[in-house]
Amino acid sequence: MIESSSELGPPTPVPGVETAITHAALRRQQPAWRLMLRKPTFIVGALILLFWIFCAVFGETIAPHNPLAQQLLAVNVAPSRAHLFGTDQLGRDVFSRVITGSRSILLIAAAATVLGTLLGTALGLLMGYLGGVLDILVGRVVEAVLALPIVIVAFLFIVALGPSAPTLIVVIGLVFTPLIARTVRSAVLVESQLDYLSSARLLGEKPPQIMFTEILPNVLPVILVEFTVRLGYAIFAVATLSFLGFGIQPPTPDWGSDIAANYGVLPAGYWWETLFPALAIASLIVGINLVTDSIEQVLAS
Amino acid sequence: MTGAWPSAIVPGGVLATYILRRLGLALVTLWLLSVIVFFAGQVLPGDPGRAILGPLAAQSAVHALDQSLGVDRPLLTQYWTWITGLLHGDMGLSYEFRTPVAPFIGAALVNSIKLGALAFIIVVPLSILGGVVAALNYGRAPDRIISVTGLSATTVPEFVSGIVVLVIFGVELKWFPVSASAGPGASFGSQLYHLILPVIPLVLVLFGYIARMARAGTIEALESDYARTATLKGLKRSVVIRRHVLRNSLLPTITVIATQTGYLIGGLVVVETLFNYQGIGRLIFTAANSKDFPMLEAGVLTIGVVYMVATLIADILYTTLNPRLRPGGSG
Repeated sequence: MIESSSELGPPTPVPGVETAITHAALRRQQPAWRLMLRKPTFIVGALILLFWIFCAVFGETIAPHNPLAQQLLAVNVAPSRAHLFGTDQLGRDVFSRVITGSRSILLIAAAATVLGTLLGTALGLLMGYLGGVLDILVGRVVEAVLALPIVIVAFLFIVALGPSAPTLIVVIGLVFTPLIARTVRSAVLVESQLDYLSSARLLGEKPPQIMFTEILPNVLPVILVEFTVRLGYAIFAVATLSFLGFGIQPPTPDWGSDIAANYGVLPAGYWWETLFPALAIASLIVGINLVTDSIEQVLAS
Repeated sequence: MTGAWPSAIVPGGVLATYILRRLGLALVTLWLLSVIVFFAGQVLPGDPGRAILGPLAAQSAVHALDQSLGVDRPLLTQYWTWITGLLHGDMGLSYEFRTPVAPFIGAALVNSIKLGALAFIIVVPLSILGGVVAALNYGRAPDRIISVTGLSATTVPEFVSGIVVLVIFGVELKWFPVSASAGPGASFGSQLYHLILPVIPLVLVLFGYIARMARAGTIEALESDYARTATLKGLKRSVVIRRHVLRNSLLPTITVIATQTGYLIGGLVVVETLFNYQGIGRLIFTAANSKDFPMLEAGVLTIGVVYMVATLIADILYTTLNPRLRPGGSG
């Protein structure tokens, strides 16, 4: 009887406790994605972000010129059809450098944010669920890290270790770790009050299992928001550090260091060498903020 | 990002106990900070002599320099000398100038405080007003305009907005000087005049965040039960807003403003470098460039202390002003 009914009706699996739960979860999740796609701010932000990711991946292929090629007979050329964004002081094509410049900043910022999110989530789960001495100790470290702006901490460590992409990633990632841990911790504390955790405990689940299979899925939205917020900060930090000469090093195409190299000739009227990399940074950060805002709004509703 | 962590768990006892506890925690944090700074400045570089002299210097010269800097001693001894020195106001000798670090830090800090204070004096009323106006017009045009402007202003890094104002108002229009330093013995007015351009990027970055917080706080207070009760009681809207909404919504903003000191100082590095202003940010920048570790460490630690004092004051202010947390207050 059961088999025939399932053949007649839509292909629903045999009703059981587990499938009922996944269905409920799906019903809760699907509208969140749909709501997001219906938001114009999310679409615009995501498109900007996708555009820069595309440039980061295929930069060399789509750039009309070699971003490193110097033409000493065509320096400081104003934007034209041959050079859409003009050329810089060394005669390099600004358009090609803006396109390919997305790679270094996106890679470093994303890697640092992923590192910080992974470590921060693990730490936050431990702090929130286990509490005790660890919680107090890490709490102090968070306060200590909070007392210093990222750029300052990065200075200290980059001077000590020398500027390189791995150093930037590790330093920014480690600065983010306690900050993300703090957010995850408070989300875990909220979850700890709920009934499903005491039932899991009564069922004999071990703390690691409870932390990673029970609590973690429920605090994922918080982690997602935190990730996008931090990504924005990471891009801000990498761009600023590169501008100050402590980030991505020339001649690698990079927005921050290109602005630093060329803003000296702004008074001479060569505005395009500074304006276009600056617009690139601003657009990327605006894109991320739009996405973050939409995610926050949808999750809050 | 709202408030320092422990402020959420205010002990229900006397205010003095709370302040003492908060002070104790700040001291622990400060000690941790000193360990981090010491680790980064004196342990990570490995061999400071090598770092200063470069890879081509003779090993004997590196040894001699290490010895004269005292960095060949055991780490614990070095830390002890450093931290006890700090407690006596001795920040060590600059690698670059071979003179005590402390006077440099002191002078730079005074300059930075002038710039930072001016930024706060401008941005705090402006952003609170913006946030409250946006909240009172929730969802309508003024709200959209203020929110989007704030978001855009916050997202543009200081070095971008700094270059823009520098070129437009300093180089092209020549309305303001391109250097923020008014020179020794300059009058208050002249100093203020020199600080107008550099303060703009700082104001832009801070505006969005504080306005956003003020807006969120006001919206929450507007939708609260007590605001509704006050309205239903027949109070005028202006009275409800002034007496019930703003008092509650602006309190958390105090804490937010304090946490912004950190971002402000981060921005100072860029702005002071760009406008050639002898503040703590530029000091750290030059120390980092010349690998002057004692100067760098002292500068970073000073910033940490300034931030902690700011949040401490904000926390105490918050606790004192909040009737629900006031000892003996019945809410």
